Amino acid sequence: MKHLLSIEDLSPSDIHGLLELTDHMAEISHRPIPKVPALRGRNVVSLFFEDSTRTRTSFDTAAKRLSADTMNFAVSSSSVNKGESLRDTIETISAMGVDAFVVRHRSSGAPQQITRWTQASIVNAGDGWHQHPTQALLDCYTIRTGLARHDGFDGLRIAIVGDIKHSRVARSDVQAFTALGAHVTLVAPPTLLPPSLDGWPVDVSHDLDGLIDDLDVLYLLRVQRERMDEALLPSVREYSAMYGLTPARAARLAPHALVMHPGPMNRGVEMAVDPAELPGSVILHQVTNGVAVRMAVLFRLLGAGEGL
Amino acid sequence: MPQPPGPREVLSADDVRRALTRIAHEVAERNHGTDDLVVIGLQRGGVWIAQQLAAALTDIAGGAPIPVGALDVSFHRDDVGIRPIVPGHVTDIPVDLGGRAVILVDDVLFTGRTVRAALEALNEYGRPRSVQLAVVVDRGHRELPIRPDYVGKNLPTSREEDVRVGAEGVTIS
Repeated sequence: MKHLLSIEDLSPSDIHGLLELTDHMAEISHRPIPKVPALRGRNVVSLFFEDSTRTRTSFDTAAKRLSADTMNFAVSSSSVNKGESLRDTIETISAMGVDAFVVRHRSSGAPQQITRWTQASIVNAGDGWHQHPTQALLDCYTIRTGLARHDGFDGLRIAIVGDIKHSRVARSDVQAFTALGAHVTLVAPPTLLPPSLDGWPVDVSHDLDGLIDDLDVLYLLRVQRERMDEALLPSVREYSAMYGLTPARAARLAPHALVMHPGPMNRGVEMAVDPAELPGSVILHQVTNGVAVRMAVLFRLLGAGEGL
Repeated sequence: MPQPPGPREVLSADDVRRALTRIAHEVAERNHGTDDLVVIGLQRGGVWIAQQLAAALTDIAGGAPIPVGALDVSFHRDDVGIRPIVPGHVTDIPVDLGGRAVILVDDVLFTGRTVRAALEALNEYGRPRSVQLAVVVDRGHRELPIRPDYVGKNLPTSREEDVRVGAEGVTIS
C-alpha cells in the first residue's frame, strides 16, 4: 500500500488488517515509554491547508511514537501566501527528502492530485466533502473494541445523524461501516442530505425517535454553524429538538449502545447532554484510538515493506 | 541411504516436553529457585513454549505461579521496510520487569536478530536484573554476538533448511 486516499480503495480485509495492526499500536501507547524505533529516519510532513487541531496533533503524535521525524508545514507562514502553487510547494518540500505527506485540503481530490508530483506516500487527512479515511478507521476501531466485535460488524445497527451532505466523515464512515457488515441509517433533515444517495448502501430517516431504541451506535455529526447562514437549518434550537441527543433520547438508548462524535462538539446543539454523564460515550476513546490508528497507517505505508 | 522427501523429525513431542522440563530445572538451578522470575515468549513461535516452561517452573516452585508474557518485536527489528513485517501476538508484559530475572523464550535461535530486537524492546518495560535466553533449537548461523543460556537441542543446519518447532515435535526440511 503506497497511499491512503479513500476508504473506497480498501477491501474489507485491508480494513481488518489495519485494525489488527492498531491493536499492536494501542499496546505501544500503554507502555511506560510509548515509543518504538520502527520508522527511525523517515520524514513525515504535515501539510494542512485547512484548520485542524486534533487531526494534526494526532498524526504528529503517531509519527513520533514510531520515531519518525516530523515537520509541520504551516500554510499561514509559508510561501503559499506569496502565491506559490500547490505543485511548486509539494515539489519544493519533496526535494528536501520526504517519505510521507499528511494532507488536509479544502478541495476534494487534492491529495490524489498531489500523488502525481512526489514519490512520497500521501495520507489524506481530510479533503473537502470527500474523504477522511483515518477518521473512519478510528471510528471502526472504537466500535470494534467498544462492542468487542473483532470479526466484523454483521448485524450492528448504526445511525449517523446530522449534516451528511457536507461531511467527509459521514461519507468515509458509511463506506467503512458497511464494508465491515453494519447496517447504517442516515438521519438528517432533507436539506442536509446529498442530492442523490444512489449507490449508498444505507437507509435514510428523518425521525431519530423512531429508531433510537434499537441502535448499537449513535454517531452524531457536528452542526456547522455556517449552514445556518445558508438557511439549510431553521435554528439551532429546532435542530437540537429534532436531531440532538437530548436527555430524553439518551434515556432511551440501549445500555450497551455507544455514542460517538468526531469533534469538535457543539454542546447544547447536537450534544444536548453532558457527554461525561453518558455511560455509552466513547468520544474520548475515539481521540485516543486516533493516535493508534494513525500509527498503524503510517507503519503500513512506510514500514511494512511489500506484501503485508 | 537417501533421505526420504519431506520434513524429517529430529525431536519427537516427548523429546520437546522432556527438553522443556530439563530447561525448567536448569533455570531454577541457575537462579537459586524461582523467585522474581518472569517468562516471556517471543511472538508467534515462542509464546506457547513460554507457557509450557512457566508451567514446568510453577511445578518446581510447588505451585506458586510464575508470571508469563508475550513480546512482539516487529517494531524494533533492524529490517523494517526491507522485508514484510507481520506482527503476531500483541505484546503482553504482565509485571514490572524492574529487578526481575527475565527468561526470554523462542522456538528457534538462528541469526540472533530477533533476540537483539527483543533485548531492545524489553528495555521499555523496566530494567530487569538479568535476561536469560532459552530456545528449543539452536540452529547456528549467528550474525550477532548472541548466545543462548538454555538449549533444547543444538541442530547443525544449512541456511536454506527450514526448521519447525511445534508441540508435536521438531522437523527439518
